[in-house]
Amino acid sequence: MKKELIELKVNGRSHELAIEPSKLLLDTLRQDLQLTGSKRGCDDSSCGACTVLVDGTPMLSCTMLAASCEGQEITTVEGVSEHGSLAAIQKAYGDWGGAQCGYCTPGFMMTVKHLLAVNANPTEEEVRSALSSNLCRCTGYSQMYQAIKAAIEAEQKAVPST
Amino acid sequence: MSDFSIIGKPTAMVDAAGKTTGAGKYTDDLSLPGMLVGRILHSPYPHARIKRIDTTRAEKLDGVMAVVIGQDAPTPYGILPVGHDEHALCTDKVRYVGDNVACVAAVDEATADQAIELIDVEYEVLPAYFDPEDSMKAQRDFIHDNKPNNIEKDYHHVFGDPEKALAEAACVAEARFIANEVTHAAMEPHSTLAAFEIDPHTGKPGRLTVWSSTQVPYYLQHKLSLVLEMPMAQIRVIKPLVGGGFGGKSEVIPLEIIAAVAARKAQAPVKITYTREEVFWAHRGRPRTIIDLKTGADKDGHITAVKARVVQDGGGYCSYGVVTILYSGALLGALYDIPNIQYDGYRVLTNKPVCGAMRGHGTVNVRFAFESQLDELALKLKLDPAEIRRRNLLKPPCVTINGLRVQSYGLPECIAKVVERSGWVERKGKLPKGRGLGVACSHYVSGAANSIIRSDMPHSTVNIKIDRDGGVVVYTGASDIGQGSDTMVAQIASEVLGCSLGRVKVVAADTDLTPIDIGSYSSRVTFMNGNATLRAAEEVKKQIAAAAAKKMNCAAEDLAFRDDRVSKNHVAAGASPAEASVRPTQEGASVSGRVEGQILRGSLQQKRKDEGPKDSLTFEEAVVAAIDFHGALTGTGSYAPPPEARGGKHKGAGVGPSPAYSYSAQVAEVSVDEDTGEVTVHKVWAAHDCGRALNPVSVEGQIIGSVWMGMGQALTEEMVWKDGMLMNPGLLEYRSPSSVESPEVEPIIVESIDPEGPFGAKECSEGSLAATIPAISNAIYDAVGIRLHESPFTPERVLAALRANKAQKKIDLTAGIDPTDPARFREHGGSLWFRGKGPERHALDPCRREAPVGGDD
Repeated sequence: MKKELIELKVNGRSHELAIEPSKLLLDTLRQDLQLTGSKRGCDDSSCGACTVLVDGTPMLSCTMLAASCEGQEITTVEGVSEHGSLAAIQKAYGDWGGAQCGYCTPGFMMTVKHLLAVNANPTEEEVRSALSSNLCRCTGYSQMYQAIKAAIEAEQKAVPST
Repeated sequence: MSDFSIIGKPTAMVDAAGKTTGAGKYTDDLSLPGMLVGRILHSPYPHARIKRIDTTRAEKLDGVMAVVIGQDAPTPYGILPVGHDEHALCTDKVRYVGDNVACVAAVDEATADQAIELIDVEYEVLPAYFDPEDSMKAQRDFIHDNKPNNIEKDYHHVFGDPEKALAEAACVAEARFIANEVTHAAMEPHSTLAAFEIDPHTGKPGRLTVWSSTQVPYYLQHKLSLVLEMPMAQIRVIKPLVGGGFGGKSEVIPLEIIAAVAARKAQAPVKITYTREEVFWAHRGRPRTIIDLKTGADKDGHITAVKARVVQDGGGYCSYGVVTILYSGALLGALYDIPNIQYDGYRVLTNKPVCGAMRGHGTVNVRFAFESQLDELALKLKLDPAEIRRRNLLKPPCVTINGLRVQSYGLPECIAKVVERSGWVERKGKLPKGRGLGVACSHYVSGAANSIIRSDMPHSTVNIKIDRDGGVVVYTGASDIGQGSDTMVAQIASEVLGCSLGRVKVVAADTDLTPIDIGSYSSRVTFMNGNATLRAAEEVKKQIAAAAAKKMNCAAEDLAFRDDRVSKNHVAAGASPAEASVRPTQEGASVSGRVEGQILRGSLQQKRKDEGPKDSLTFEEAVVAAIDFHGALTGTGSYAPPPEARGGKHKGAGVGPSPAYSYSAQVAEVSVDEDTGEVTVHKVWAAHDCGRALNPVSVEGQIIGSVWMGMGQALTEEMVWKDGMLMNPGLLEYRSPSSVESPEVEPIIVESIDPEGPFGAKECSEGSLAATIPAISNAIYDAVGIRLHESPFTPERVLAALRANKAQKKIDLTAGIDPTDPARFREHGGSLWFRGKGPERHALDPCRREAPVGGDD
């Protein structure tokens, strides 16, 4: 298939790319932009490891065409860290055992980031429901809830002091 | 009680930031210049002879650099020395749908996929075997010519006199249990990148480097050497981050060899990453197991004998099969005190993807049967289920009748803890109808005492190097697959050396750099590699202590290493809190010293002169003193299990023995919807004796993860087969539980402090899984009074049992039916309950009358 030129805005930077119109967003991120944080786990949009934010909404990049995201703001896990430091949720996932093998973690980072953006103080029920879009085979999810709780507390503590 | 600075403290994994930021690299994240993509052509038939392969059309396609077939690497291999029955690509026969036939290396995925379609293969289809009991009766068309009756291996063990004991038992329970096949479904699909270097002397392809998602880099190196006919020294295997293993990456998976063979032929680096469907075909999961179990007890509930006949549906190749079938028998021992055991185990070949090792290798399915039956005995004897378990405890230290040495034994405390936390005494049997509690126990090895390739070689070796910068580099062959072994190694090294965790850099699992460790399987890493790390660190510490003692005019034994300081004992003991406040300035000094590089030593000597007192040295000062004194500061430690722990002398005695066993007791609270048959697990209390929790957050994570995976096997996960085709080769259809289906798990750490474990530690990653399935089964019995004999406990199996119960008719689904009759039980591997196009139903099977019309999905 003939390649076409598109412009993708990822993590605040614009990239001009020549890709096949049929190329998936996930492959474009991983192969053309070397943003390998987003993972392929299942090929059929059932695991959520490839989750990225498209204009702030979590989307599965393994079943999206890159070309369809032109003009939209894409955030990958590489865009979650703040000023070169771990974001509260990243730190908390490490401290509380939210990540074991870590393969699903980038997807969870994006899902949780979106959850906390729309609901700063979710109940455990809401957290469970939000996380059900992503699969993890290591943790049994429990330690993720603790991590998310810790991240919310860290954020709330940080806000008044800064 | 114990005074550790690093051990026992919740510690974030040393590689956590790489995982949460996406910076960490897994195999599929790697690429090399000129790298090709490899795709594999799989067999569409479960059993067929390959008559002809024509690759010419594929080779002609633009962008295809090489097409490889079986003849390109015809040497057979297999993870076990007794099971060299696999080829990288099939040479004569295919043995399951998904078996590997050819591989294309091309410039991109699309070209490779296109080329795969152009390969022309002519097959002669052979009769296939899908059910193990059916397969065992085969007279012709054996799956492997040298395995008559398709039996890979059978073992018959008798310890004591089980016949006599059963005849004399006050109470006997007997039943057939079936545990259906499950798979690891690790989140990361297998991936391998292989590249050859040009040898500068010969000018030809020389050294091979393989990056692979493996739990066993050293075994991979060994098998690559065998198949590629290259010396091991010419092969470097590197394990990048691995996205979960659970046993699925604990042997050489076909793509790992195929990638290297393709790279050799294409003369370019080749990366192969499995699709999710290919992962299901590569499988190596827990086999479908048929267990005929008979247990006898005296009137007080003491188990007098166990008789088990176990048939495992092994799939098309040996894999770990011989070990799996031996574990199933061996681990009948070492949990409870059982004086008489008879075990007949059959590992059977069938034309389905290969089963291998999966979390709780060999023990899980038999434990489900045993713990369920123990509850039946308790019921008959009118004993509390927790009490019958307490009455059968071992009295360690001891050696069980089948030759397993047990030293630390935290099971009594595990049972006590879960009984207390779950409110067992107050709530058991008193919950509203439809809700119940169940208890079960399990155990697992902390590393196999005998390695796969029998030798006197240490199972783990670790090197440590400390340079003038005060940085501690630990070279370990341990393969971190997400369980946190790199962190464990760093913790042990820093605890022994009394330095901060940040000083320790772990270099792991790279066959060129790190000394051999036989891999991440059988829950051996903390125990064995941890011990090797401990010994290496102690060797280095001894050298530092000798030099520091000289500087401080004291005996080396009087020195304490802690908080980045080497101090005389009384100082360290007295000034512990004050130490913390001193630390920032000391750290500041060391940092500026490091920045100035070579000036470091001079400035430190000056500082020493200025400060005078010799009561304590900073870690850097002590290191510099030691390097001045000894030269380079390095240490090596290794571990091999002691001879006493290596088991008995009978045939097959090598599997089962371990230097230590972990113990687990669990209580599950479930509710059963009697209208839909749906089982909900509300909470699991899981107490696990891990010896000592080196990193409690990781230990809890492993306990929760094991329980969760056990719950998956108990309720939803099942590989469903039809004529050798996997019906659910996707993560959604396989039904791995999501966050909304996952119960709260309360992990309870029990520390029995093993005499031989590093700081007393034992395994914590596998032992818990096996107890979850029977705990749930027993809770279902408590809730609605049905005893389930086949896992997973899907709504239809539960409903059928409920209806049978309601009708007050004792329905024995196997009565009058020969379960090995292929006409009735061919499909789905003979699953008794599978609805729809499954086997013909027993006339009394309640599913038969009310089965909905059509739709089997």
